[in-house]
Amino acid sequence: MTAMIQLVGLEKTFAKTIKAVQGVDLSIAQGEVVVIIGPSGSGKSTILRCMNLLEVPSVGDVYIEGQNLVDKATDLDLVRAEVGMVFQQFNLFPHLTVMQNITLAQVKVRGRSQAEAEAMGMQQLERVGIPEKAESYPRQLSGGQQQRVAIARSLAMEPKVMLFDEPTSALDPEMIKEVLDVMLQLASAGMTMVVVTHEMGFARAAADRVVFVDEGRIIEEGTPEQIFNHAQHARTKDFFDKILHH
Amino acid sequence: MTDISGQVPGLSASGRRSEDKAWWEEFPWWGTIIALVMVGMAIKIFVDEDYDEAWSRIWPGVWLTITTTLYAFGIAFGLGLLAGIGQISHNVFAHNISRAYVELIRGIPILPLIFTVALVIVPDLTRSMGLANSVPTKWRAIIALSLIYGAYMAEIFRGGIQSVPPGQMEAGRSLGLSQRQTMRSVVIPQAMRAIIPPLGNDFIAILKDTSLLSVLGVLELTRNARQFSASSFKFRETYFTLTFIYLVLVIGLSLLLGQVEKIMTKDRKGQR
Ligand SMILES: Nc1ncnc2c1ncn2[C@@H]1O[C@H](COP(=O)(O)OP(=O)(O)OP(=O)(O)O)[C@@H](O)[C@H]1O
Ligand SMILES: [Mg+2]
Repeated sequence: MTAMIQLVGLEKTFAKTIKAVQGVDLSIAQGEVVVIIGPSGSGKSTILRCMNLLEVPSVGDVYIEGQNLVDKATDLDLVRAEVGMVFQQFNLFPHLTVMQNITLAQVKVRGRSQAEAEAMGMQQLERVGIPEKAESYPRQLSGGQQQRVAIARSLAMEPKVMLFDEPTSALDPEMIKEVLDVMLQLASAGMTMVVVTHEMGFARAAADRVVFVDEGRIIEEGTPEQIFNHAQHARTKDFFDKILHH
Repeated sequence: MTDISGQVPGLSASGRRSEDKAWWEEFPWWGTIIALVMVGMAIKIFVDEDYDEAWSRIWPGVWLTITTTLYAFGIAFGLGLLAGIGQISHNVFAHNISRAYVELIRGIPILPLIFTVALVIVPDLTRSMGLANSVPTKWRAIIALSLIYGAYMAEIFRGGIQSVPPGQMEAGRSLGLSQRQTMRSVVIPQAMRAIIPPLGNDFIAILKDTSLLSVLGVLELTRNARQFSASSFKFRETYFTLTFIYLVLVIGLSLLLGQVEKIMTKDRKGQR
């Protein structure tokens, strides 16, 4: 079976000298939940952003369901519609209402009618627990609510994969749980997910696999149990020591 | 009841307090002064018979002034949008052409540019295209103003678009919207906030700068005034009347643009 996401020999160099990613191979199966952890600046975001080619690799290939995104013949917009992404800063469209945020790409990319798009939008807003905010503007919502709208906006495209880049890092502590709950529910519904996060509780609860990254390389990977309790590498243990003793 | 300092709250006669300002401190006296000046000028012009001839010789130029302004603004808007997007484009050709255009125009004062475009570049172009008829002076003037303000507006559009955080483009692209779709539905509507006020300023600047076109012989307000004063020697009547007309036009346009700005920013209340 072809993997949902496959990175082959991925390298990314910024400004000719900054080696953000240096040789990453990673294969993610359908329905798998993968959590990427690692120190700041280790290349987690860059790896994630290569998965929908928001960042163009310097070397290597990125496959989504066997389609190579690096290939010029691949229609990137079509593939991206299948790969949802949730950002640390939410990136909602501030000039549009919540519902307009959710329907825009459905209509323009999926070719749905406005009515279909709104029905789907309502369904996803109910899923993330804020159907009553459909007509609000993003700035009228709390951070946690905004991030849930961002998740609903991606889900409304009915993607095959969801990418999360530190989705709770910009949130006040009391709002982190409401976003993680939505993500947990999504994971148990069988969504293929790749999550960069510092929330180790989420990783333990939801991850099939935890990948530890340092200096642009995968140092080790395994089940949450293996990584959190029986890390093999000194760097991994070091990392846990640092985040636990803070 | 007393507070800690032993004073009765609210009864202290002096001291620094944040209070509402008196009406006369906030009243827009400056507007009243302008209104009074204009009323004074109007009375002088319309009552004093010496001004009748000046008025009737200058005023007919108003339509040419207004139409020239509108055409130049419209064309400059289109040019500015193209060159503004071109400057931030990743297309090497579009980027360099736009940048060269903007930097060249911005590096030359307006009056020499008007002469060069209207009297050298446009005639050269028509000749090289093999066209027998030359372009009418009015249109040469409009082309000159449009080219100049197109470059100024390019900078406004570029700045406006760059004021929108890059995460907005990324969010649009990650949903499968194309670059163009994201520009149109996400980035430009937000950029308008930063773009509309300075664009209004340029609209007014174009109106004022049509007076420079008198050097080309375009029969707008200033040209009419110069012709009349040269033959009649009534400098006072001529330039008093001319100034008055520009003042009315500019203030009228500013008030109009102020309303437009209000409307355009009101139904974008969701914006930061
Ligand atoms: N657009 C860019 N231009 C230049 N350098 C970049 C760019 N994006 C990332 N980098 C650099 O690449 C390296 C990896 O960055 P990346 O954002 O992937 O790390 P990260 O693991 O996500 O870190 P964090 O936990 O702080 O988010 C860093 O050294 C960073 O400074
Ligand atoms: Mg990051």
